[in-house]
Amino acid sequence: MTKVNFSYSNRAIFDNLNVGFSKGKVTAVMGGSGSGKTTILKLIGGQIKPTFGDVSYSGQSINQLSYDELFQFRRKLGMLFQFGALFTDLNVFDNVAFPLREQSTLPEVAIRDLVLMKLHTVGLRGASSLMPSELSGGMARRVALARAIALDPKVILYDEPFTGLDPISTAITGDLIRRLNDALGITSIFVTHDINASFKVADEVVLLSRGQVTARGTPEELIASQDPFVRQFVGGQVDGPVPFHVASDSIEEDLKIRILHRIAK
Amino acid sequence: MIVKTLSSLGHAIIDSIWKLGVASSFIARVLTRSSIVFRRPRLLVDEIHFAGVLSLVIIVVSGLFVGLVLGLQGYETLKRYGSTGAVGTLVALSLVRELGPVVSALLFASRAGSAITAEIGIMKTTEQLSAMEMMAVDPHARVISPMFWGGFISMPLLAAIFSAFGILGGYLITVVVIGVDGGAFWSQMQASIDFHHDILNGVIKSVVFGFAVSSIAVYEGYAAVPTAEGVSRAVTRTVVTSALAVLALDFVLTAFMFTGGV
Repeated sequence: MTKVNFSYSNRAIFDNLNVGFSKGKVTAVMGGSGSGKTTILKLIGGQIKPTFGDVSYSGQSINQLSYDELFQFRRKLGMLFQFGALFTDLNVFDNVAFPLREQSTLPEVAIRDLVLMKLHTVGLRGASSLMPSELSGGMARRVALARAIALDPKVILYDEPFTGLDPISTAITGDLIRRLNDALGITSIFVTHDINASFKVADEVVLLSRGQVTARGTPEELIASQDPFVRQFVGGQVDGPVPFHVASDSIEEDLKIRILHRIAK
Repeated sequence: MIVKTLSSLGHAIIDSIWKLGVASSFIARVLTRSSIVFRRPRLLVDEIHFAGVLSLVIIVVSGLFVGLVLGLQGYETLKRYGSTGAVGTLVALSLVRELGPVVSALLFASRAGSAITAEIGIMKTTEQLSAMEMMAVDPHARVISPMFWGGFISMPLLAAIFSAFGILGGYLITVVVIGVDGGAFWSQMQASIDFHHDILNGVIKSVVFGFAVSSIAVYEGYAAVPTAEGVSRAVTRTVVTSALAVLALDFVLTAFMFTGGV
């Protein structure tokens, strides 16, 4: 991503953001709420376009692609959504088979074998006949992961993969991200708040704040960092460069205005 | 004050035109990605089942009751002029020209239109449409186009079934219950209804209503704010906008079809 600017309505998210992701590595993108973590994934997936700047993959500018070219490009991507985004009217097997049936001309016998292999990879071959409503949050996330890898993508994007999971499911999901990345030789990018889980899994961590990359390095480097923002974020401290209050006029200003309004009435 | 009012009026007009443009571009995209319904007819069949077959009960029951009421009212009026044999004509003309297409379109918007909007809206809220896009599957083609065509094809069929059951209701109440001559009921109906002028125009109306209601339903679902409240508002907008559109279009079509323009 080069010189990327992006804003939602009047709220600027990125201001001249420059960040790249290493091929074959697991990169964690972290930052406070509203720092633009998920926006990065949406920019990479072409779901949104930057107001300025370039988002490219292997020299191909994603934000310049036409509608049809974008869909061609997405065949190289897999994405795990925060809550799985499984199709609620399809069972586990059909959810994983969906991209294969839509994007390939494989016979149903081959699709069946592939789906069972993908489900076996995430440990849910025995749950193939269950409906999404019968799955726990962790299981749904694993089914979604099996679906994301169904077409053997080159890059997998994970949106908050650990949110709402118990410690065992968190560990399983983290382990899956790591193992899939190494076994399939893919590039993995995940956004998360979970310091412990992400530091165990990631090769590299990118910290975002105020529309910029504030820090970047291996988990060990960030733990050892003396940067005040990194120390506050990694240590989960209340005091630090990230303020508790959202930027606004002073409370005195606001209260005076209210008093004046009352007097006027 | 005047400037402010004019400014807000202008803003509202520009906003409406902009929304109409967005909706038109959306429908154009859905239509241009419709080849999937020919390549994979199973998707279309499923949507016709969803929008059409599952609406049959409300259409049949409503048609029957509307026919019963038309028969009763028609009989009571025509009795004064001694021409109760013409009740079949009255019932059939009312249904084929007006009530069949209009009432079935209103019922279709309430039953199937709202369900289509809710389904697309919930898919958007739960990121299922985004997930599809990220799998390089175009939701306009895979989900929305079959829903649109399912509704569009179902609507004229439902209107025809509504009219048929309405006529049956009129027959039951006037001939079977009241005792009007059955031969007069059917023969006068047959003699006074013209295929092109009455039936075909009624079919054209239902086709236009089918296009309008299906377009509104899929667009509102896709444009819904992805929250529970957003989907609920979208469903309400589908029913209200569809009802107004059907009634307005009915006036315009009637003016051109039956009076040669107002």
